[in-house]
Amino acid sequence: MNGGHDLGGQHGFGPINPELEKKSIFHHEWERRAFAITLACGFLGKWNIDEARHAREFQNPVKYLTNSYYQNWLYGLETLLVKKGLITEQELLSGKSHQSNNGRSVPGAERVREILASGGPTNIEDARVPRFQYGQQVKVCNDHPIGHTRMPRYTRGCEGVIDRLHGVHVFPDKNSVGEVDGEYLYNVRFEAEALWGEPHKGQGSVHVDLWEPYLEET
Amino acid sequence: MPHDGEEFTEPPSDPALRVKALESLLVEKGLVDLEALDVLIDTYEHKVGPRNGARVVARAWVDQEFKLSIQKDCSAAVKKVFGFQGRQGEHIVAVENTSKIHNVVVCTLCSCYPWTVLGLPPVWYKSAPYRARLVQDPRGVLAEFGTCIPEEKDIRVWDSTSEVRYLVIPERPIGTEGWTEEKLSMLVTRNAMIGVEFAKEASS
Repeated sequence: MNGGHDLGGQHGFGPINPELEKKSIFHHEWERRAFAITLACGFLGKWNIDEARHAREFQNPVKYLTNSYYQNWLYGLETLLVKKGLITEQELLSGKSHQSNNGRSVPGAERVREILASGGPTNIEDARVPRFQYGQQVKVCNDHPIGHTRMPRYTRGCEGVIDRLHGVHVFPDKNSVGEVDGEYLYNVRFEAEALWGEPHKGQGSVHVDLWEPYLEET
Repeated sequence: MPHDGEEFTEPPSDPALRVKALESLLVEKGLVDLEALDVLIDTYEHKVGPRNGARVVARAWVDQEFKLSIQKDCSAAVKKVFGFQGRQGEHIVAVENTSKIHNVVVCTLCSCYPWTVLGLPPVWYKSAPYRARLVQDPRGVLAEFGTCIPEEKDIRVWDSTSEVRYLVIPERPIGTEGWTEEKLSMLVTRNAMIGVEFAKEASS
């Protein structure tokens, strides 16, 4: 979707405001809790990373951009919990439980490290032949899917060169609606001029990971 | 120059109340374990952070064989040597800065970041200005960090759009010949491994 989250190349946001490394990565106690309950609810296995991303980005862009980072996480979590039937809208509004979790056992503290350590690899063993080869010139499709996609707007219609072949990875556009499907993933190198025009000639390059369905031959 | 910025908007108390209510509800319903939440926070606030990545970089500076192994499969190499593994570090690619190339990493679509070696990203990395501007004006953005990239150096921006995570291996500072790995790691900052700064100078 062409949402408020797709920020590459947008203007008007002002300076960066870097922070020192020694500063805590959380600025408020509620951010710690929002982070932790989001990860812990993820352990329930009711949604995948692309569904989680889509839940955060599928908002009015004004809202997405006005929210702080963890406010968007919180919005995404509330949305998924209700959508997946783990809590009801009424429970969310009242803060009171109306039904138990039907005896589901949830990972306790002793299992957290093991779950984090195993992670969630997205590569898929698949012997298929990639459509594009290293060094090949490709073009990003001028496509504007209304669902979740990881094809940034600023790359669409632009030409680049295949720089790396990452193998077959889970395809986010389908994963976000619960369909596990693998597609070849490439790293594509775009000269700055190809993305931003003549004044950016010689200003380096941008490397973007793009799945095969996002790309076409030139 | 980097500063201890407090300029981010103070959120209204609303999210604090919402989170508290949601957490209570989840605990009451048995959907989350309170102690598990504490372990999660402690892990990413105190245990997993950029000092992990600094050890990886320092090792790459002194050990050619290790450097080759992280170029081949960084996730496997850092798991084998340091035990850093798991969530948001499953597919790490190390990109090396040289006298001719400067690499810098962003996630324009959200906040993808190599957690296993750098921990959670700083606020500015997740914020709109950095996500919007880096891909179009990397030199201008780096200048805001006090980092000047000479015109003759090729600048490469890595937009983390997939589950592949990019880790910048900064150039080893001059004048550090014979330094121990531990001493070298003190020169490796989080920002240097994102690529918005160089490693600290030997005299620092």
